[in-house]
Amino acid sequence: MTGEDVPIGEDELQAFVDERLDGPRRDAVEAHLARHPELRERIAAERRQRASLRAQLQGKAAEPIPARLRIATIQAARRARLARRMSLVAAAVAIFVVGGSVGWFAKGLRPALVAQAPTTAVAQGAAAAYRTFVVEVAHPVEVSVAQETHLLQWLSKRLGHKLEAPDLAPFGYRLMGGRLLPGGSGAAAQLMYEDTAGKRLTLYVRAADGTETAFRFQQDGDAATFAWIDQGFGFAVTAMASREELLPIAEAVYKGLTPKG
Amino acid sequence: MPAGVPFPRLRAMADPGALLEPLIPALRRYAYALLHDHAAADDLVQDTLERALSRWSSRRADGELRAWLFAILRNLHIDAYRQARRRGAEVEIDEVDHRETATRQEAALEARDVLAALEQLAEEQKSLLLLIGVEDFSYEETARVLGVPIGTVMSRLSRARQRLRSIVELGPVALLRRVK
Repeated sequence: MTGEDVPIGEDELQAFVDERLDGPRRDAVEAHLARHPELRERIAAERRQRASLRAQLQGKAAEPIPARLRIATIQAARRARLARRMSLVAAAVAIFVVGGSVGWFAKGLRPALVAQAPTTAVAQGAAAAYRTFVVEVAHPVEVSVAQETHLLQWLSKRLGHKLEAPDLAPFGYRLMGGRLLPGGSGAAAQLMYEDTAGKRLTLYVRAADGTETAFRFQQDGDAATFAWIDQGFGFAVTAMASREELLPIAEAVYKGLTPKG
Repeated sequence: MPAGVPFPRLRAMADPGALLEPLIPALRRYAYALLHDHAAADDLVQDTLERALSRWSSRRADGELRAWLFAILRNLHIDAYRQARRRGAEVEIDEVDHRETATRQEAALEARDVLAALEQLAEEQKSLLLLIGVEDFSYEETARVLGVPIGTVMSRLSRARQRLRSIVELGPVALLRRVK
């Protein structure tokens, strides 16, 4: 050992292995190693191994980038995934909205929904359709009363049931027209009537199971509904009216629609 | 660094492709050296790039892109290894690993195959040797990727090199001592 032997740190040895030491310190490390053969051998081995590792991996970095790792490829795949997810979200939102509105209608009809009687289902469908279209100013009906014959033929055909529009003039309502709706597993028809004050009433018909012929009354906010089932079809009369006002209309409709005998 | 504050948004808008692609060859090399499997390495790089793109806007403006990317790759690699262990595959993997590396080790002794010796190191030691020795990361950058203080990088680098040297020189003996 001489006085020139400046203390060398392990960090400097590592930096030396990595060829990161500059001028004076590099010289100092080299001088130190020259005086310590065992350490010199260790550091030389570490430098060799570092160089060997670099050499063995050099080819990997020189390879062309595979197509699947190009950023444009990955971005395109990401966008496609995102679009797919967005459409799923949209579908979920749609289901939520439908579920939400059914729930909203159902809430007004019955606080606790149990297994639905067919009449209840008809009443709910009628009330929902009423809510939807009775507020329509521009298109309250799909086919207007001007084409009454065509309207009734069309609805009858789609419904599989000969449909006649009951005359509700005695109650102050005149037929406006009608429309076809989804109802249960098939189609539903809605006929819309209006009185001179602009109050509207609907008659709702669709296929329905069940033998319950009794009238079922349901109140959905301001809208009242009488529903019944007859010969494989469910009928409902809905209007902004009291039970007392609506009952005679429902009876008249019942008599008018049901084949006697 | 107050001067850096207004820039994150600008940098986030920069085209990721132009900034990322020059780094892909090095990412592939690092992944391959960690996994010793070309296809698995490219899977890891792909996952890394996907993760990087999904977090592109939240990337720190003052952080170095290269260290950020390599850290993502390393963390994904570690997570995958942990998951494999959690799935109960640990024993099986270790057995296969031992036999495979033992065979490769003998070949390595003759060919002085440092790459095969590297395979026997713990992940952190591998990463230290690769990032500093092969990728020319600064000690500071390496500290950022590994998530340790820079002083720790220096001391662990020294230990990793000793370990690699003993494996290359002593081969099977070192292998038997490999208990974690």
